[in-house]
Amino acid sequence: MTIAPNLSRRSLLQGAGGLVVAFSLTGGVRPASAETAAVLKSVAEGAVDSYISIDPKGMVTVYSGKIDYGTGVRTGFAQMAAEELSVPLDRVTVIEGDTSLTPDQGPTYGSLSIEVGGQAIRKAAATAREALLDAAGERLGVERAGLTITDGMIRGDGGEISYGDLLNGENFSLEVNENVRLKDPAQFTIVGQPIIRDGLPGKITGAFEYMQDLKIDGMAHARVVRPPAIDATLEGVDESSISHLPDVQIVQKGNFLAVVAESEWTAVRAAREISVTWATTESLPDQAQLWTHVRETPIAKDDVTSDIGDVDSAAGTRQVKATYDFALHTHGSIGPSCSVADFSDGKLVSWSSSQATHRLRGQLSDMFSVPEEDVRCIYIEGAGCYGRNGHEDAAADAALISRELGRPIRVQWMRHDEHGWDPKGPPTLIDLTATIDDAGAVAAWSSEFFIPQGAGGRVALLGANLADLPTNQDTNPGGITNDSAIPYGFPNIRTVCHRLESTPLRPSWIRAPGRMQNTFANEAFLDEVAAELAVDPMEYRRGLIDPADKRGLAVLDRLKEFAGWEPRPSPRSGGDGDGARLTGRGMAYVKYELKRTYVGAVAEVSMDANSGAIKVDRFFVVHDCGQIINPAGVRAQIEGNVIQTTSRTLMEELTFDRNMVTSLDWASYPILRFPDVPEVNIELIDYPNEVPWGAGEPTAAVVSACISNAVFDAAGIRLRSVPFKPAKVRAALSEQRS
Amino acid sequence: MSVSIEVNGTRHDIDGDPSMPLLYALRDQIGLRGAKFGCGLGQCGACTVIVDGRAVFSCLTPISALEGRAVTTTEGLLEDGKPGKVHQAFIDEQAAQCGYCIAGMVMRVQHLLERNADPTDEEILTGMQANLCRCGTHAAIIRAVQRAART
Repeated sequence: MTIAPNLSRRSLLQGAGGLVVAFSLTGGVRPASAETAAVLKSVAEGAVDSYISIDPKGMVTVYSGKIDYGTGVRTGFAQMAAEELSVPLDRVTVIEGDTSLTPDQGPTYGSLSIEVGGQAIRKAAATAREALLDAAGERLGVERAGLTITDGMIRGDGGEISYGDLLNGENFSLEVNENVRLKDPAQFTIVGQPIIRDGLPGKITGAFEYMQDLKIDGMAHARVVRPPAIDATLEGVDESSISHLPDVQIVQKGNFLAVVAESEWTAVRAAREISVTWATTESLPDQAQLWTHVRETPIAKDDVTSDIGDVDSAAGTRQVKATYDFALHTHGSIGPSCSVADFSDGKLVSWSSSQATHRLRGQLSDMFSVPEEDVRCIYIEGAGCYGRNGHEDAAADAALISRELGRPIRVQWMRHDEHGWDPKGPPTLIDLTATIDDAGAVAAWSSEFFIPQGAGGRVALLGANLADLPTNQDTNPGGITNDSAIPYGFPNIRTVCHRLESTPLRPSWIRAPGRMQNTFANEAFLDEVAAELAVDPMEYRRGLIDPADKRGLAVLDRLKEFAGWEPRPSPRSGGDGDGARLTGRGMAYVKYELKRTYVGAVAEVSMDANSGAIKVDRFFVVHDCGQIINPAGVRAQIEGNVIQTTSRTLMEELTFDRNMVTSLDWASYPILRFPDVPEVNIELIDYPNEVPWGAGEPTAAVVSACISNAVFDAAGIRLRSVPFKPAKVRAALSEQRS
Repeated sequence: MSVSIEVNGTRHDIDGDPSMPLLYALRDQIGLRGAKFGCGLGQCGACTVIVDGRAVFSCLTPISALEGRAVTTTEGLLEDGKPGKVHQAFIDEQAAQCGYCIAGMVMRVQHLLERNADPTDEEILTGMQANLCRCGTHAAIIRAVQRAART
């Protein structure tokens, strides 16, 4: 990634109308000098020029509204475009998430980057190729059918012409043909290859430029000073408390407070040493009573996500009932949020690691009451965020301070800012009931999810709220009703999401939002039913999946073989005869959102019945995301999903008092460290002739249930409350004994 | 105060508050991006560098403690501008997702292998536990350590 560090704000803002861009092979964009003739860059959805350009030397630039934060989708986009255009991969550069240069393809979330964003790029590339073939046929005076393309060179009888020469710097001026002929997967040479992810070597050697590394001329360093409570009023700042530090400026607007210095360390010290008086109000519920609070929160509406038959009149002889819950989580980015802003003369350039720069532009436009065309948001890869963490908030902070001081500002959140103030994965409470008939079959499955209202929209900007500037106040936890319905064919099913009016702390989406929590409850509860019926949980699921769903069945069949699964009911009998050490295996399955990527997984755990500690020893994952663009990228995503979600499942729980978050560092919010990392074994099922689906989230959905089910297999106890901390395990074992 | 520190073989005179952590000198004054700010608390290891053979958290180490010391960062492991042995092992294993922790991981591995050229799996896990990764790249990092130890 290269970013021109010495750009003037004006030259950047010209991009909104007609920016001249020059490209480097290593990626990134460097606006050319203002004297160069302006070329209008389309960003309209559906126009080929919005996604693809080819320069006279045949270098291809792909413009993506979806962004890559290490997941490898940038490499995937390049592979898809290079394949359709038949050009070598090293001729393709990808520019991401720049509101002046890239189309608005929606936020980067929901495991949709390849599936939606990549497919749009692929169709644009194919449309471009077809147009180039038409033009070459005319130019060469030969039948179009006889043309071939090799490395961006079109050849026909008696002649050849390159893409670069054909276009000669011109735009395509074409609409994307949604029904364009795509390359036959049998001819693929780039898609399907385990290409090394773009940027990876530089991340290792230190050459890669992250958001946190960006410096621009005239920039000052800022740190925010947050209140000691969510609900607080700034009463006074004792400026003399930092008078011993050189050249520190204080920026205060309402309850927004920041310190600014030429030297970064001075800013850090100023934020640490400044004396501020706040009036605070207790606004959060008692965490010890969290689930009572959730259950008693008023319901704004019900979303019925499936309603088959009539669960109430289903005849049964017994019921299995259980309640599941899943703690609040923080995103836990290793690098706290950071942004640089240059705001003057009413115009703003904002650099951030936002996964939704187009949306951020709208939010900053609202916050500062300036037209959207006067705001340019540019994505730069930062530390992984796994959802909507503090990036947008840091962008708002930097923009506000820059506007107040009239100079470029870099805001770097500290660890306590990130852990304390990034929006959180909301608490999830789920009641499930299965009614079993006298033949030993489930007659009815019903579930109720107590989850906040809202979807994946604009999360209120923290700085705007503190400064009392306009920002949308809707609750936006992500698409958390997904996977509340189940992929199994019971005769009567009703799944209802009670959408709560509020939730403690500002919510947002964290990797597999809702899908993780809901699949945990559904897949662990299904395991409870299988145990009640004394049947093998894998065979049981196989019998419940729609027989026409061959891909789902294939995943389970491959999983059984891959994991060496021996059919038997859980819990296992006898144990391994090693005293307090118990071992078990558990499985779970998801068809993501009931319509795309399939994952089946088996966990093997060992646990210490004295301490209650669980160790996840191994995972086996079988994964079908359709056509695989980059198997190395898919494997990395699966491995990361398993390890990260093992951490979330075993260890992670946000803490708060009545004022604010109290888990403000890695000691109070521990995550998995090396000694506890499971071995991850992966089998990919590739369907080259199918569409590609996402791989960034689906595996995360099955991990918690796999572990819970494996613990049941090992010890006969059900863990229904994430995280599975040792104290909960000991309590469950103690209850089992009594 | 002014402190003379050798960084990746080059001597630098660092002027500043004696309490300023090495991390800020590396990033803001010397212009090296490898070491990262992660927590400022010595809890995550994103800032890990080697000082005279010891792996330290540069976010906690004040420059006043470093007069005459030799500091190595991930950039210092380059060999003639090309990836060094540990770098190459990470590249070959594609052992980075977001990569924000990785330069610190590289230095932790370098330190581990300097002390123990042929670590057991157990020693790798123990030796790496000071460093956090959020993307779940651990398994790939472990493979990279094993690969680096073999080469």
